[in-house]
Amino acid sequence: MNTIPINHALIVAAVLFVLGAVGVMVRRNLIFVLMSLEIMLNAAGVAFIAAAYKWGQPDGQTMFIFILVTAASEVAVGLPLLLGIYHHYKTIDTDRVSLMKG
Amino acid sequence: MTVLFYISSIVAIIAAAMVVTRVNATHALLYLVLLFLSIASIFFTLGAPFVAVLQIVVYAGAIMVLFVFVVMMLNLGHEAEERERTWLRQGVWALPMILSAVLLGTFLYALRTPQQELAGIAIGPKLVGVSLFTTYFIGVELASILLLAALVAAFHFGILPTRTEASNEYHTD
Repeated sequence: MNTIPINHALIVAAVLFVLGAVGVMVRRNLIFVLMSLEIMLNAAGVAFIAAAYKWGQPDGQTMFIFILVTAASEVAVGLPLLLGIYHHYKTIDTDRVSLMKG
Repeated sequence: MTVLFYISSIVAIIAAAMVVTRVNATHALLYLVLLFLSIASIFFTLGAPFVAVLQIVVYAGAIMVLFVFVVMMLNLGHEAEERERTWLRQGVWALPMILSAVLLGTFLYALRTPQQELAGIAIGPKLVGVSLFTTYFIGVELASILLLAALVAAFHFGILPTRTEASNEYHTD
């Protein structure tokens, strides 16, 4: 039976995570920061599923379902927040909205 | 199945690189959908058909729809693309790429030896369901509380103040 070496799957997860991290660091537009965060969450999910594949247990898939819940609630809160920032400051530049009041 | 894993991994990595480097938000969103679909294919090859379908339904079907709606509502336009091009000069990428390359190097060094390979079996929804409702039952309850909190927060943040209230209350620089 063909098997996939587990470290190849973890390498894929690591590369995706690092790409998402670079996106969070470099981009100034808040939409792109949120998209890069989603890439990072998906990369963590790939790592969990790879571990579930290695050990033959459903726990990795259960953890990925919790990651889905976390990502969905983060997007549900972050996107209206972004719309509120755009409505108020008329910009979604993270360098411009970087000061806290008071 | 192994070949499908490597093909979808390459597509996923290229799609992720394209998401991060685009200047047009809609282009990046489309590449993000492609990324989610290729990750669902990776999950399928890793013996997880249940979360593969769940990834498509929740990520590509719900979260991406939210992103698309928000980008369409923001209605950024061509000046936004020009602004992105001025922000994404070549020098901006240097230090994050160096730091991330060091991080990736440590990952790859730690993962260089092939691990013990086990036979790939597909873990279906029944096993995942049993795990969710017996071992991780507390997690399901906490997840539902988190979703309720997110719902309330989204509703609260969705109420945008009118212009006069905003201009009286805050001082923008």
